[in-house]
Amino acid sequence: MKEEIIIAGFGGQGVLSMGKILACSGIMQDQEVTWMPSYGPEMRGGTANVTVILSDDRISSPIVNAYDTAIILNQQSMDKFEQTVKPGGTLIYDPNGITKHPTRKDISIYKIAAAEEAVKMKNAKVFNMIVLGGFLKIKPIVKMENVIAGLKKSLPERYHHLIPMNEEAIEQGMKIVEKIS
Amino acid sequence: MGEYKLMKGNEVIAIAAIRCGCDGYFGYPITPQSEVMETLMEEKPWETTGMVVLQAESEVASINMLYGGAASGKKVFTSSSSPGISLMAEGLTYLAGAELPCVVVNVVRGGPGLGTIQPAQSDYFQAVKGGGHGDYYLIVLAPASVQEMNDFMDLGFELAFKYRNPVMILSDGIIGQMMEKVQLSPEKPRWTEEEIQKISGSWATIGKTPDRQRHIATSLDLDAASQERFNHKLQAKYKTINENEVRYEEFMCDDAEYLIVAYGSGARISQKAVELARAEGIKVGLFRPITLFPYPTKAIQNRVPQLKVILSVELSAGQMVEDVRLAVEGKIPVDFFGRVGGMIFSPEEIVDAIKTKLVGRK
Repeated sequence: MKEEIIIAGFGGQGVLSMGKILACSGIMQDQEVTWMPSYGPEMRGGTANVTVILSDDRISSPIVNAYDTAIILNQQSMDKFEQTVKPGGTLIYDPNGITKHPTRKDISIYKIAAAEEAVKMKNAKVFNMIVLGGFLKIKPIVKMENVIAGLKKSLPERYHHLIPMNEEAIEQGMKIVEKIS
Repeated sequence: MGEYKLMKGNEVIAIAAIRCGCDGYFGYPITPQSEVMETLMEEKPWETTGMVVLQAESEVASINMLYGGAASGKKVFTSSSSPGISLMAEGLTYLAGAELPCVVVNVVRGGPGLGTIQPAQSDYFQAVKGGGHGDYYLIVLAPASVQEMNDFMDLGFELAFKYRNPVMILSDGIIGQMMEKVQLSPEKPRWTEEEIQKISGSWATIGKTPDRQRHIATSLDLDAASQERFNHKLQAKYKTINENEVRYEEFMCDDAEYLIVAYGSGARISQKAVELARAEGIKVGLFRPITLFPYPTKAIQNRVPQLKVILSVELSAGQMVEDVRLAVEGKIPVDFFGRVGGMIFSPEEIVDAIKTKLVGRK
């Protein structure tokens, strides 16, 4: 198994921490992982993206420009990354704020209304976990128990009481993700 | 063996330093390496191991604090990124001239000047060929993974004290900012005063006893004949380092007709390019120098008879390529591929370079 993923959106959406939780979950099941952020003079409201690779074998390059899965959370990222999905790959996006929807015919496209769902759940902070749930429904590359173990690893202990809430958000994401084409 | 953790390269540098019994860190923040000091401040090692962590007023102050710590036989290190390392250049040559052991981490960013905060490998010349003035060398280690950021901290101190020479860990914004799985080294206690006496008592400024001459940590010797003798001694030391400390790694080289030479993050990206090219039937291998000084000249020479062309791949305008050419001695062509200014090549771009500059070479 090898999965090369780009997660891209606005700073403050939890893009980097979602990638970190995914990478942590991979370690929990003895996978090799890399997490490579775009870093720069960026801030809340600017763009943020991270490349996460999970693999059964040693990972050579942490830098790739074609992805198995793109998780896209704003229009700028759609413009930048739709074309980088490998043929036969997967694109997951939140339609919130998207004006130009993806048009590629050679990839599987899924929609997840995570921003809307987070509002319904009255907790904007679980947005990224809803998205993660959607991804894991389509690509179950890490087991749920390892995601929870990964959450425990990546969160300081004082936040561990929030884990059930995150778990619920992941499960909700699994329910609401829908295939478009 | 310890458990695996997910950490950034920069964070690992800080944790590895504490765990290998480092006595002090003196530094000044600069992107993309600020997490080194941030992590040290969060860890508060002064409350556990007694390690000193100090934000100096500048890079110049940091390197001179390092000089003081090193002169007293302590395990000390600093970290910075390219423009900050330039500010430290004077201190580095003084440390080399006074034969003081220390570790300096350079998380390289694009230049010249203030340049960019994005990753680059354009400080190869500065690290390997000097930076400061005079006939001196740093021992230069080039990590290609977060795990090696951990491993080279301890190795760096080991080499620094073995040869009484500054060691540079030449990393970059990719390795520093990236998170990977890492297994931390076992914890070592800091050296006691007795241990320092035993290890460095013959030169360190740790208090004069009546039975010996005063120890002076200096690089100044105005008597030319004596300065020449000292320079010969330094050169003999570098020769020993060249004979004993060369490290490198080879990937798919056994049947290779073409060879990529790349180090650090460049080697990671090149390895994927080699995998992709191999899948198309191109017999290409990857040679990764781990020590940049001493350079694995002989190991490259040993590969030359089986090769048609060599390609040096670097995130620079072509620096290490000069050492590859020196090793090859004109026997086969050596070409170059790189990106500059903080732009990063993709594995596919390197595959294209393999096809045009190696296989399709006219």
